[in-house]
Amino acid sequence: MHNSSRRGFMGRAFGAVAGVGVVGSLVAMKKSWDPLPSVKAAGFTTLDMSIYPEGELVTEKWRGKPIFVLKKTAEMIAKQTESQKARGVIIGDSEFMVAIGLCTHLGCIPSYNAAEESFLCACHGGMFNWAGEVTKVPPPRAFDIPPFKIEGNNIILGEVGPEYKAMKDSGITL
Amino acid sequence: MAQFTKATSIKDWLNQRLAIEKVEKVMASEYWIPKNINFLWAMGMVLAITFALLLVSGIFLLMYYQPHVDLAFDSVNYTIMREVDFGWLWRHIHGVAASVVFLVIYIHMFTGIYYGSYKKGREMIWISGMLLFVTFSAEAFSGYMLPWGQMSYWAGMVITNIFSLGDLHLDGLVEWIRGDYVPAQAFLSRFFMLHVLLLPLVIIGLIGLHFAALRIPHVNNQDGEEIDFEAESKKYLAGDKAGSKVMRFANDFMSKDMMIVGIYLIFFFYLVFYNYSFALDPVNFDPADMLKTPTHIYPEWYFLWSYEILRPFSVNIGLIAFGFAQVIFVLLPWLDRSPNTVPASRRGLFQIWFWLLLIDMIVLTAMGKLPPEGIFSTIGLVAALMFIVLWIALPFITMNEKKV
Repeated sequence: MHNSSRRGFMGRAFGAVAGVGVVGSLVAMKKSWDPLPSVKAAGFTTLDMSIYPEGELVTEKWRGKPIFVLKKTAEMIAKQTESQKARGVIIGDSEFMVAIGLCTHLGCIPSYNAAEESFLCACHGGMFNWAGEVTKVPPPRAFDIPPFKIEGNNIILGEVGPEYKAMKDSGITL
Repeated sequence: MAQFTKATSIKDWLNQRLAIEKVEKVMASEYWIPKNINFLWAMGMVLAITFALLLVSGIFLLMYYQPHVDLAFDSVNYTIMREVDFGWLWRHIHGVAASVVFLVIYIHMFTGIYYGSYKKGREMIWISGMLLFVTFSAEAFSGYMLPWGQMSYWAGMVITNIFSLGDLHLDGLVEWIRGDYVPAQAFLSRFFMLHVLLLPLVIIGLIGLHFAALRIPHVNNQDGEEIDFEAESKKYLAGDKAGSKVMRFANDFMSKDMMIVGIYLIFFFYLVFYNYSFALDPVNFDPADMLKTPTHIYPEWYFLWSYEILRPFSVNIGLIAFGFAQVIFVLLPWLDRSPNTVPASRRGLFQIWFWLLLIDMIVLTAMGKLPPEGIFSTIGLVAALMFIVLWIALPFITMNEKKV
C-alpha cells in the first residue's frame, strides 16, 4: 500500500511534467506554423487611383491576392442601386469598385465579361454583377472588399481607413 | 538470463538470438487464411506492392526535386523529365501508382462492404482501413502540390479555403495552414514535409495497425462461414490438408496472391509505359500563376465523388454534406444493424443498397468531372441527395433483416 501510493505519486509527478511539456510543445509547434513577420510586413500595397480608365477592369495584387479595380462609367453611376453605391469607393469625383478578386465560395478568380458587365467563376459556376454582388449561387456573399485607406489620389490596401471601417460596420464587407 | 549454446549453424545462431523460426511461423507459415476466398482477397497485397512502388519511385524523385516556388516546376518538368536518366520512369510510376492505388483501395473497400468484412470483431480492420484512406487522400493531395503547376496551385487554394468552414469565416486558420495569405513558399515547404515525411510515417504506422487488426478475427471468407481457426489449423497440421478449411499464409495463400500481383503489375506497367497521360493533367504543365484561375478546376478522379457532393449546394450546406461524406463510411459497422456476416447477395434489401451506393458513387464521379451546367448540375444534385439518403436509410434497411 505504502509503495503503491509512492508509485502513484511518481506517476502523477511525471504526468505533471509531461503535461507542461506537451502544452509547451504544442504552443511552439502552432507558432512555428504561423505566417512569418516578413510575410505579414509585405502586406501593404499603394494604388494611384488617377490612372485607371473608365469601364475597364484592372487586376492589381495585394497579399498575393488579385484586387479588382473598376472605375465606374457615367452609365453605371447613373443606374446603380443604393447597395451598389454603398460598395463603391469615392475618390475626388470618381467612383470605383474595389474588391478582392476571389470568388467568395472557394477562392477561384472569376473572369470579367465587359460586354455583359458581369463576373463568372469557372470553378462552380457562381456569377457576380459589375458591382461585385452575387447573381448566381454558390457564392454566399458579394466580393469581399480589402481594408483600404484613402490618401489624396491614392489608396493604401491593408490599412483601415474611416470609409472601410464604415463598410465593415454596416456589414457591406466582412 | 536465457541459455546460449555454441551455434551449430547461422540459422541456429540467429534462432537463439531472434527466434527467427518462431517469427516465421507466427507471421507466415502458421498464419491461417480461409480457403474459400476469391481473387478480391488479393487486393491487400496489390496495395502493399503499389505502396512499395510509390516509396521507391518517390525516393528517386526526392533526389532531384526542389521544394522552392521558383524551382519546383522546372525541377520536375525539366530536370527529372529531361535530364535525369530514367527520371521519367520514376515520375510515371509515381503518378500512375498514385492514381491506381485509389482504384484498388475502392475495390478493396467495396469488397469489404459486399462480404460484410467490417462486422463481428472486424470493426478495427474497417476503422484502420478508413484511416488509411483518409491519410492516403492527404498524401495524394500534398503530393499534387509539389510540381507547382496551375492545378497544384489552385487545388491548394480551393482545398485550404475549405478550412474557413463557410460562414464561420476561419480565415486565420486558413492563413495558419498556409503560413501566408495565399499558397506560397511557406505552403510549398510544409506540404513537401508532410508528403515526404510525416504522412508516410503515419501511413506505415496505420498499415501496421491494419495488419494487426486482422490477426485475432482473421480474414473473412466469401461464404460468410464462421471458421474455427484453432480446430481447422490443427487438422491441417495433423496432415489433413484437403479436409481443413484453412491454408498457410505462406507459401499457399501467397502463391495465389502473387499470381494476381503479377497480372496487376503487367497492367500497371502497361499504363506506366503506354498510357500514363491520364495521371498527368495537362493544365498542370503550366507553371502556377496566382492571378489566373484555370477555366475548369477539378480534382483527380478519386476525389470527384466527394467533390460532387460539395458542389451542387450553397456553401454551408455543401460543407455539411461534404463532411458527412467524409466520415460516414467510418461508421458503417454501427449503421449496419444486421447480425448477418454474409455476402450481400444473401441479404435481400442490403444487396440493392450496395449496388445503388456503388452506382451512385460512379455517377457522382462522372458528374464531378463535367462542368456544373444544365442537366449535369441536376443529375449531380440528385446523386448527392441519393448518397445521403442511402446512408440514412441503411440502419432501417438492416434492422429488420432476417437472420440467415
